[in-house]
Amino acid sequence: MKPSTTLIYDGSFNGFLTAVFVAFDEKINVADIQKNNEVQNGLFSETETIFTHLDKAKRVWNGIRNKSHNAISNVYFAFLSESEGVELMLYTYIQKLMASKNGKSLDYSDGIVLHISQLARKVGREKHRMEAFVRFQLTKDDVYFANIEPDFDVLPLISKHFRNRYADQQWLIYDVKRNYGIYYNLDHVEMVSLNLKDIYHNKIQKSKVMASEEYDYQTLWNDYFRSTHIKSRINPKLHRQHVPKRYWKYLSEKKQVV
Amino acid sequence: MDFERIREKLNILADAAKYDVSCASSGSDRANKNNGLGNASRMGICHSYTEDGRCISLLKILLTNHCIYDCAYCVTRRSNDVKRAAFKIQEVVDLTINFYRRNYIEGLFLSSGIFKNADYTMERLVSVAKKLREEENFNGYIHLKSIPGASDELMYEAGLYADRLSVNIEVPTISGLKLLAPDKKHEDFTKPMQKVKNEIIRYRSERKIIKNTPKYAPAGQSTQMIVGASGETDKDIMYSATYYYKVYLMRRVYYSGYVPVADDARLPAIGSQVPMLRENRLYQTDWLLRFYGFAVNEILNKEHPNLDMDVDPKLSWALRNLHLFPVDINYVEKALLARVPGIGMKSVNKILHARKFRKLNWEHLKKIGIAINRAKYFMVCDSRDWERRDLDADKIKGMILQSSMGKFRKQYSTQLALFN
Repeated sequence: MKPSTTLIYDGSFNGFLTAVFVAFDEKINVADIQKNNEVQNGLFSETETIFTHLDKAKRVWNGIRNKSHNAISNVYFAFLSESEGVELMLYTYIQKLMASKNGKSLDYSDGIVLHISQLARKVGREKHRMEAFVRFQLTKDDVYFANIEPDFDVLPLISKHFRNRYADQQWLIYDVKRNYGIYYNLDHVEMVSLNLKDIYHNKIQKSKVMASEEYDYQTLWNDYFRSTHIKSRINPKLHRQHVPKRYWKYLSEKKQVV
Repeated sequence: MDFERIREKLNILADAAKYDVSCASSGSDRANKNNGLGNASRMGICHSYTEDGRCISLLKILLTNHCIYDCAYCVTRRSNDVKRAAFKIQEVVDLTINFYRRNYIEGLFLSSGIFKNADYTMERLVSVAKKLREEENFNGYIHLKSIPGASDELMYEAGLYADRLSVNIEVPTISGLKLLAPDKKHEDFTKPMQKVKNEIIRYRSERKIIKNTPKYAPAGQSTQMIVGASGETDKDIMYSATYYYKVYLMRRVYYSGYVPVADDARLPAIGSQVPMLRENRLYQTDWLLRFYGFAVNEILNKEHPNLDMDVDPKLSWALRNLHLFPVDINYVEKALLARVPGIGMKSVNKILHARKFRKLNWEHLKKIGIAINRAKYFMVCDSRDWERRDLDADKIKGMILQSSMGKFRKQYSTQLALFN
């Protein structure tokens, strides 16, 4: 039997796909696939470092997509969940998918298939939440700016939505947890990383970098939010279910509470 | 902008608009045009939620709360002593655009009290939508209220700018309408609906020939009924909802538990409970009709004019039709699989996919996520373990109620409370 090998990649999605390519190509008995900044050596396995190769990654991407569109989005979404050990699980998932004659049907009675589709669902939910909970604040230099702190790395997933929607304004969405953001300069979206001194969540005191009418609109929105409650139907539990507390500090309508 | 004045108006006019339940922003796929502002998301986005747990996705306001009518159930009725205000057209446009740019909302839901007459009001509503679309190049979602009695020409124009149009029929029965809103006629409600429906059909057929036919109300029509204001049965409500779904091709019918807003002998007194559980059961029935393939007379009929409060309508249908069960989950066709209590449409699809690979047992079903405590009395699977006792409906119901806990249980529990 071939010795089992731990593959080490650079942490990017393309890197992961390259690792999958190499594993298939060289018929490697994969023990684990790990990011290069969190390597843990196995006792009985060798390690091999994978260098990201776009063409190889593309072949894997197309291969999965030709099997099933559903599967490729599951793989990408689940990968962005950054959950521990997801790479090996995805590798098994891809193996199963490639072995199946008909990739269209998913075997939900299989533990890994079900788990991957549930993970993808979680990430999809976070993506949808971020499309809803981003709150732009207008700065003095005419950029609509927002901080977010999502559970999963969803910036790559939401950029298309915001580009299509806010095509005539400059905007910047910054992920405070992962320290990078996406910026739209009226032409295309690019990745940026900033040296943020301050996180602009909904503080009561006003910041000088924001445009003067910004706080007026926040007040109006706050008022609007409060006047939509129907007192005789109040249901705080349901409210928290829909708007979990961890998002509150970035929602301007929750200013009073935070 | 006179900030304080706008603020005051917004408070008054948003407060009056909150009794409209609909806040859907889904169903339209209007794309962003010429790098303008906004687009509509087909599945809709809820940007926030009220403290009673309803979605906030649109800026829902009245243009004015002045009204010439005196409908008993309405908070802006003529005889009610409340502060009145009215927005200028430009003010609504500015608010919408600025909220939208900050990603607070999906678009605008504009309704209005009726001042002067129906056409005058409708014209104002249409001109807000027109201004947003043509001057601001705004492609977000716009929901306009059709004013009862508005002319066909205005309704036609409204559909060109709005994504959704709605008329609230409010009272499901004609006799109830006579009692509670004596100034309004039933035809006033149906006339604009009919016009919009005809235009939607016409535009759809034109689109088949000419692909770039402009959009006409792409998210269709909806309506709303008040529940528990005029003593109607659940059967009355659901039958009339089915009628509106069928005849006017409604996308949605909303059910709104009556929130007491007036001291009137014709209505439940102020301070009486909002019938939230009943509202919930009506929505469950609505879903069964639209997605699960039930016919309305299977759930509600002469023998059963009202829904059971203690169990959901699907379970209560299954308990009345025990001769159809148990079914084998690995072989039964989709239509009947969807009728097993405790299995939703998501699980139905997963089961259909999964059973191509292997026969499913309880473990699999549990992981897929069906509610086994309800389903187990109605199904068998690939396991020697299944309900062998010949239980009657009451017995099953009792056992299910014992093994589960619903959030509304307090309201209908017959068990005596120890401490009151």
